[in-house]
Amino acid sequence: MKKRLISLFALLIAVCCVFTACGAPDVKSDTDGNSISGIAASLESKYTTSLAGTTLNVFNWGEYISDGSDDSMDVIAEFEELTGIQVNYDNFESNETMYSKLQSGAVSYDIIIPSDYMIERMISEDLLQKLDFSKIPNYKFIDEKYKNLYFDENNEYSVPYNVGMVGLIYNTTIVTEEVDSWEIMWDEKYADQILTFNNSRDAFAIAQFMLGQDLNSTNKEDWDKAADLLKEQTPLLQARVMDEVFNKMEGGNAAIAPYYAGDFLTMYDANEDLAFVYPKEGTNIFVDSICVPKNAQNYDAAMLFINFLLEPEVGLANAEYICYASPNTAVVNHEDYSLKGNEILYPDDEAVANTQYFHDIDPEIRSYYEKLWEEILRS
Amino acid sequence: MKHSSLGTKILNAPYILWSVLFIIVPLVIVVYFAFTDQNGAWTLANIAEIKDYGEILLRSIGYAVVATLITLVTSYPVAYFMSKAKARTQAIMMMLIMLPMWMNLLIRTYSWTTILEKNGIINTLLGYLGIGPLPLIGTSGAVILGMIYNYIPYMILPIYTIMVKIDPALLEAASDLGSNGFDRLKRVIFPLSLPGVVSGITMVFVPSVSTFYIADKLGSTKTLMIGDMIQKKFDINLYSNTGAALSFVLMLIILISLAVMHKFAGEDGEAIIV
Repeated sequence: MKKRLISLFALLIAVCCVFTACGAPDVKSDTDGNSISGIAASLESKYTTSLAGTTLNVFNWGEYISDGSDDSMDVIAEFEELTGIQVNYDNFESNETMYSKLQSGAVSYDIIIPSDYMIERMISEDLLQKLDFSKIPNYKFIDEKYKNLYFDENNEYSVPYNVGMVGLIYNTTIVTEEVDSWEIMWDEKYADQILTFNNSRDAFAIAQFMLGQDLNSTNKEDWDKAADLLKEQTPLLQARVMDEVFNKMEGGNAAIAPYYAGDFLTMYDANEDLAFVYPKEGTNIFVDSICVPKNAQNYDAAMLFINFLLEPEVGLANAEYICYASPNTAVVNHEDYSLKGNEILYPDDEAVANTQYFHDIDPEIRSYYEKLWEEILRS
Repeated sequence: MKHSSLGTKILNAPYILWSVLFIIVPLVIVVYFAFTDQNGAWTLANIAEIKDYGEILLRSIGYAVVATLITLVTSYPVAYFMSKAKARTQAIMMMLIMLPMWMNLLIRTYSWTTILEKNGIINTLLGYLGIGPLPLIGTSGAVILGMIYNYIPYMILPIYTIMVKIDPALLEAASDLGSNGFDRLKRVIFPLSLPGVVSGITMVFVPSVSTFYIADKLGSTKTLMIGDMIQKKFDINLYSNTGAALSFVLMLIILISLAVMHKFAGEDGEAIIV
């Protein structure tokens, strides 16, 4: 999620710093060269179908599937080899752009991977179709924790792909005190060293946790209060960032930033002075799930693809490459998984207080807080 | 070409079609969005909202003016010496000016963050000398630098193109009539190069004032520019109408400033308009 600029970083290596992407699992010995035949052989019988020669259109976040770089598994190529189905793979960079493309009707995809609140919205607008779980036997690997979630209470439309949480990243050479609260993002000691999200909902969420509010509040006064808090913060900020956070935190150019746990692991590879904490006030959790749009052209291939993504070996390759938490128990317990038991990706339930999901929010409230956000940007 | 033949008309057709499809139609759409609300009803509310953006608009114009002036002052001598250099040197210089443009603007701009950061290349080098770290990134200076870096070829090239066309015989005549070097520059070369200057100013000022991304990456929360604001408006999807209104006003400002400049530059300046 939101990693589209990673490719830019690759180019920047030549300019200056050394960048060790998390997506380069050198621990996997079974993927050197003969991986395709290796994986294919074990699964061949399951994936031999009459669908060979058809086309599957997949729409996913950038950098959100293991693509064969750095000795990782090329998931798409494996699937094509195994099934003879040709995959067209496209990227999007936000739930909203994905939604507007799909809604315009100009495109048709068989597989999309939106986040929770977007799935809620798409189900309510009748843009998704039910999955045929009899064709997805690997669904049994999905952790019970990630079933019956609010956006798909009866597990009809979606299969969880990745799970993530926002936390606070800080540089221990600059921040020497113990950090356990979002409050530090308002500490004048660190003026000009603080970063925050450059998108309204994520930035608001931090203020909302500080104020003990519900992230999906429909009370305009709550949003006003959160906006006031964010305006107070503006003079202390170095910048509002998304992907630039990697460069800034890895290079020690900023001291404090909120970001996704999985991405912290990537940053930590480059700079071991960084530390991560789930603040005590609570934090935002998200699930990106695999869905099939109403206007899909190749439903059966889509079911096959979903099942393939849940295969333990495939899920493992993706989990190693993407570095987000996997909802797949076969991956989480896999003996080759280098992030197995990692306490940042897989914290104990007690370690993280008050996790809240974003819900699809009423358009009137949305336009209200976007208005406030603009005032904050101008403040 | 008063009586254009059928052949000319056919040759012109693709160009006209292109202009209508990709220039006229989008402009009409922008204007339509600027004067309607989300439901398509006519309204002036979007235009009225512009007053909230006065500061950002002024800031954008200010940055663009400064960037254009610095670009002009630095480009003019470059273009002059380039036009006087040997053909081979000219080719090499041209190549060096064009080379960075082979890379995408986003990447070029993003690279500057690595150079300007607190622990970036410049500050690291200064650190060895016991200086700094200086606040480079996140300043107005960084934003203006980004504009100059990205748009300077658009200033050098038109001035150079005009200068190589200046007839050397005119300069010889000026010398024969007693002009010294400075007089020649002031009374012959500069007036003759004016169309190139006007065109260069236009080509740097227009993208600078409406630029997005540069201020977002190199600036701070205090250097927000109108281009970024418009981009955010469309990104959010809720505010396409105010975004269009801002674009519309920005276009008017650009048109007016160009008109003023052309008036100012006089008849010599009419030769080249973007």
